[in-house]
Amino acid sequence: MIYDASPIAIGLFLAFVGFVLGMSFYFARKAKSAEGYFAAGGTIHWFINGIAFAGDYLSAASFLGICGMIATYGYDGFLYSIGYLSGWVVALFVVAEPMKRLGKYTFADALDFKFNSKGIQLMAAISTLVVSMFYLIPQMVGAGVLVTPLLGLPHWTGVCMVGAIVVLIVATAGMTSTTYVQFLKGGLLIVFSTLICIYLFQNGLKLTPDSKDKKYHKFQTLELNKLTDSDYTKITEIETNGMTFVKLAKEEEVTIDDKTETKTLNTWWKLEENGILKEALSKTELVNNTFLYNGASKEARRFYSVGHIAELPQKYQKDGETGPIGPAEFLSIVEASKVTLFPKTKIKDGKNYVTIWYQKITSGKKLMRPGTKFLKPGKDGKTSFWAKLNFISLMIALFFGTASLPHILIRYYTVPSQRDARKSTIVAIAAIGFFYILTLFMGIGAMTSGVMDVESGNMAAPLLAKSFGIILFSTISAIAFATVLGTVSGLIVAASGAVAHDIVNNYMGIELTDEAKVKAGKIAAICVGIVAIILGISFKGVNVSFLVGWAFAVAASANLPAIIMLLFWKKTTAKGITASILVGMISSLGIILISSKMADMYYGWWGVSFNPPFELNNPGIISIPLSFATLIVFSLMGQQEKKNKERNCILRIKVFLFLGLTLLGIRLTSRQQ
Amino acid sequence: MQHGPAVVLDEDKSIDLKEKLGIKLFFAYLIVYCGFIAINMLKPKLMETKIFLDLNLAVIYGFGLIILAIVMGLIYNKICTGYEDKMNQETETTGKEKSK
Repeated sequence: MIYDASPIAIGLFLAFVGFVLGMSFYFARKAKSAEGYFAAGGTIHWFINGIAFAGDYLSAASFLGICGMIATYGYDGFLYSIGYLSGWVVALFVVAEPMKRLGKYTFADALDFKFNSKGIQLMAAISTLVVSMFYLIPQMVGAGVLVTPLLGLPHWTGVCMVGAIVVLIVATAGMTSTTYVQFLKGGLLIVFSTLICIYLFQNGLKLTPDSKDKKYHKFQTLELNKLTDSDYTKITEIETNGMTFVKLAKEEEVTIDDKTETKTLNTWWKLEENGILKEALSKTELVNNTFLYNGASKEARRFYSVGHIAELPQKYQKDGETGPIGPAEFLSIVEASKVTLFPKTKIKDGKNYVTIWYQKITSGKKLMRPGTKFLKPGKDGKTSFWAKLNFISLMIALFFGTASLPHILIRYYTVPSQRDARKSTIVAIAAIGFFYILTLFMGIGAMTSGVMDVESGNMAAPLLAKSFGIILFSTISAIAFATVLGTVSGLIVAASGAVAHDIVNNYMGIELTDEAKVKAGKIAAICVGIVAIILGISFKGVNVSFLVGWAFAVAASANLPAIIMLLFWKKTTAKGITASILVGMISSLGIILISSKMADMYYGWWGVSFNPPFELNNPGIISIPLSFATLIVFSLMGQQEKKNKERNCILRIKVFLFLGLTLLGIRLTSRQQ
Repeated sequence: MQHGPAVVLDEDKSIDLKEKLGIKLFFAYLIVYCGFIAINMLKPKLMETKIFLDLNLAVIYGFGLIILAIVMGLIYNKICTGYEDKMNQETETTGKEKSK
């Protein structure tokens, strides 16, 4: 799709970013000490910290990724919302207070508080860096996704902008400014998402979802046998995955930059069983690496936004719209309707590669329950073993991942007491929970409002806002951009803490003054920012929520077993913790690298031929138990070693005593003689 | 080594009780969460059943899990605050009596 930059959008965006930067400079004076820089001096109010938690957590993955996934697959995308929120239960009931009690700046502090182990310090720091990097990628991808429609700039520009602004924020004022940025954007995101939903309910559901300034494209149908009666000429017919696609040619007027020309355009149509041709969207990659969108260049604007209700319940079918409806009614009407989705497929047409998005009418019943993505039945109507395993694995990773994310854990150090840590977690759960309920409405709303850009599902929520007016769109996009800024800031603070505090100060034993530690943190922040920019550009186009799912799996595998066992198993040893972090991290990363999803998404692009050994895409179900098992085995081995050492020690004492007494006896005997 | 909290924390006598309560509530929630996963895996069509306000089980269960987390959090906080007020006050009172 072509996006036009709007002056209002640019103005609002610049104002927002300017305000955020101004706030950072204001708080910079509070960040002179290490406490101030890494933990905001432990003085943040619990309510502010709670909303900042929400700001931290409601990242690009939530606002862009989940809404996009719901808009594409229906309820299956909402499973992410459920999993992400449920994870907070682990954080509240198990982790919040001990973290506050045991740690200082980083989560490694809490793990290492009773061991003083170099192994734990190093492993926890590496795990923080790895998880932060995994989490950073989708945020940067999200930033790139946002600037295109907002400012009309290419993807890489957005990634570089976020990187530069965030490094400036973090390098200026650390945790204090990060907290207030997150508080602000967390609050605004929830308020404006509520506003989008109110507009959505007010508008209701329509068969022809025209927006304020744009008419929805009317998708045509033709009869293959009666093509001669139309202006279309059949060029070719290609079969793929049991479907037939027909290429038709027609002379049409094409307008680019106010110049109109008549051109012959090739478009693709899906052939139904009854001989009806249904118009599809297509993107053709020509041999010279240029692209045609529906047969013309992108600037011709023939690549339409999609997603509409095909059939409303009988009560509303005659009017073609429902009028204003309530939230429950909204969901129940969608469930009783039929929705036109646009799944994609790829074909080869001569030397050209063509991606086709074809119309597929899907019953609302199917869309409003799981089963369109994760537990999708195969051709035999049964869900495969691997699909089930992937689903369980994802839900486990989401549930246990939250309480293992370093940038979330360090937020417990910013409040004054354990009670505040607990209260701020509850505020976070309420705010995040409310937002996640809204994601279902926003996602389904985008799916049925004719706003979807088939090339970027991530844009579903901002584009839904755009259908209600440019000001709402600009504001929500600026907030979404700030969402990325906030989350990336938190991640970079966590990563810089891991380098400056855990590795340089604790592991390498280099005693740094407070000022030097802050300086080291800032240098680390700049380096992490640069790496994040490079990764953000490389991973363009991947659903951001999917990538975050991986970050959760790595965090849950590497960190959670160590945290849980340290708190609740007295036999836990430093070696056990070190080994469990290492094994959890390597196994989860290893499974991701050889997963079929990775093979699909990247190895093909890189020209590497790779057959994945299994179809497991989310490693949690294997790597989390493996990490737990490693900790138990190594800790028990440590106990055995400890026992052996104690036994040897006692034996040595006995031998010394025996020798000593013998010598004493000999001496006394010799004196008497 | 620079471990320990960034701020000086007051002594808390209610840690054990709070931990026990936290674990119980965690497992209670885990059971409900596992129920959701199990239904989706074993009887996915059950999720289409209409439950309340013409909404199906999938929506009610999903929203329910979110609301349950909030409600359980509030209950947990209420009880924990009670423990803290009672036990830490007792300590303070005992301390004061001893000093007299």
